[in-house]
Amino acid sequence: MSSTKILSLPRYRWPGGVRTSLWFLLIALICLPFADLEISSLDPWSEMGRLLQGVISPQLMDSGLIFEALLATLAFAFAGVALAVVCGFLLALAFHHTFIRAICALTRSIHELFWALIFLQFFGLHPLTGLLAIAVPYSGIFARMYAEILGQVPKHPEYALPAGSGFFSAILYTRLPQAWPHLVSYTSYRLECGIRSSAILGFVGLPTLGYYLESSFSQGYYPEVAGLMILFYLLIATKKVWLRRWTLPLFLLGAPFFMGTGLPIIWGNVGRFFSEDIVPAPLRSGEANWQSLADWAGTIVIDQALPGVWNTLLLSQIALVVTGLFALLFFPLINRYCFGVAGRFPGHVFLVIARSTPEYLLAYILLQLLGPSMLPAVIALAIHNGALIGYLTGRNSNEIQLRPDAPERQLDRYFYELLPRSYPAFLSFMLYRWEVIMRETAILGILGIHTIGFFVDSAIQEIRFDVALLLILVAAMMNILVDLLARRIQRHI
Amino acid sequence: MTALAIQSDSLGYGAQRVLEPVSLDIRTGEHLILLGKSGCGKSTLLNHIYTENRNECALIPQGLGLVESLSVFHNVYMGCLSRHTVFHNIRNLVWPTPARVAEILPLLERLGLSDKCFSAVADLSGGQQQRVAVARALYQQSSVLLADEPVSALDGPEADRVMSLLGQNFITAVITLHDVDRALRYGQRIIAIQDGKLVLDERAERLTVSTLNEFY
Repeated sequence: MSSTKILSLPRYRWPGGVRTSLWFLLIALICLPFADLEISSLDPWSEMGRLLQGVISPQLMDSGLIFEALLATLAFAFAGVALAVVCGFLLALAFHHTFIRAICALTRSIHELFWALIFLQFFGLHPLTGLLAIAVPYSGIFARMYAEILGQVPKHPEYALPAGSGFFSAILYTRLPQAWPHLVSYTSYRLECGIRSSAILGFVGLPTLGYYLESSFSQGYYPEVAGLMILFYLLIATKKVWLRRWTLPLFLLGAPFFMGTGLPIIWGNVGRFFSEDIVPAPLRSGEANWQSLADWAGTIVIDQALPGVWNTLLLSQIALVVTGLFALLFFPLINRYCFGVAGRFPGHVFLVIARSTPEYLLAYILLQLLGPSMLPAVIALAIHNGALIGYLTGRNSNEIQLRPDAPERQLDRYFYELLPRSYPAFLSFMLYRWEVIMRETAILGILGIHTIGFFVDSAIQEIRFDVALLLILVAAMMNILVDLLARRIQRHI
Repeated sequence: MTALAIQSDSLGYGAQRVLEPVSLDIRTGEHLILLGKSGCGKSTLLNHIYTENRNECALIPQGLGLVESLSVFHNVYMGCLSRHTVFHNIRNLVWPTPARVAEILPLLERLGLSDKCFSAVADLSGGQQQRVAVARALYQQSSVLLADEPVSALDGPEADRVMSLLGQNFITAVITLHDVDRALRYGQRIIAIQDGKLVLDERAERLTVSTLNEFY
């Protein structure tokens, strides 16, 4: 072996995961100059000061009202998620059909707030609106995850069953018991998401926490906002205490009684919605032809869909990268090789609070403080999702077994042991989250940032539901494409 | 001269006692082989020696302790993390520095791994991974080697090459093995452990394969 061979060595290449991450970073950097990241409010600090003052002196409004709001929040979450579990499981069993797969992809790619806006148009402020706004997208989500979980169990038991055991019996006796713990833990995680979704539905008028949050906030009653938020965190943080095997039936049976009565459904509206409202405008007038329909669609695409899609892409790509950076910063906070039990406690509290705060709510608050631009949206998305992925990565990194001669310096340990060992899991969490971040980015438009949700909201306010529905479908297509792309990338790393 | 003086109370995990109290002097220049069935307590003893003498020892643990997502180069470099600044370590992680590559390549060449320098450890076979762990210990350049079955995944000639490489590069060594024949060839002093007790402590030249086989 001569030394010339040493010199002709292949160049070092970054591992696939690192290269993928760098591409995302590059895209985000290219997006930056196009994004409006200004702080446009005149005096963000004094407003921030007033909010912080509210946080240190929280106040509760009328306790009866609050109690009702909390119960309604839970009721919508439980009823919606329960309905979705049943539908999702049945759909999961038929998930190998392309048609079912496509339907599920469509229902879950439309955000629950968009669903709420749609159902509001024909059911009005009826409990059914809130129930279905959660149940429909969650059914799609459950169907996919349940199908994945059921597909991952060992196949031998089913293979060994006698012939003619039947489809349902086979599932009940082999796949379901094996997958049960995973199904339960995933459903329980989704229930927490359901509580957040339910709280947010208050922003469009349902009687959940969001309704009171918005009214307190818009009037500047910050101590009340803080009181409500603290209550919300306590509710989520104590989930393990009040949600037991034996309390679950109570919540499920009680749910329908606490969703409020709302306003009666006017069935005429339902019919009109399908027969008139969502029919593209040129088709409603008598002399419909392909030309007028194409003109109609062309105008919407150029004036609303394209700018909406462009802004949604800009914002979500920047938010995705900031989310990743936050997550990599946050996860050592709860890692057992970085901090002792007591040292990890503040990290846990911070991550619980940050990931329990819905990004919509965070963005709403930050928008009031910083003024309308993409900056508050990026921060909100990055804090919420960064804390969630930081938590998942941190929990994952605690399962690492370091060898006895692992590096002693903290930074060496982070960069040479914890980071490389956690990175593959981190990256798959991020890729999975990409679609969620895009869905949330679209919805943040309702708050006034010009992502696609802004144009949907404007169309609804102008009572042009045909336009709104077309734009919602455009947003759904974007999410489906990103989901497909993310899974492709995941396979190729 | 004594390189390591080991005094221990009984060792074990929780309530389970794995090893009786041990008192052992390891002299400088001595290559000591620990023999015994799996589960007899030899790994426990080795880990105890390591925790008491971290600063002088290079370790090849049983699980190898490699970071599979990093390249062979980076895993070997980890042997010397404490000798460089954190800044240099981060820089070398992001892009290998030519000076470090020049140090590590000859080492990999001797272990037949030079073409794998920048491959991820996850892509290597079990035997190759074991040689990476050996390279990491060699790169550390400590005076004492503690190795737990360092050649268990290597075939005969390969295992002999690695054993003699370890023998040449460390002044003092404590190595666990289960191959009696190899223990006699590379060890100067042999200790056999049975049921958590040291049952034999003898110079290698006074032992034969058949006497040692009794302990299996």
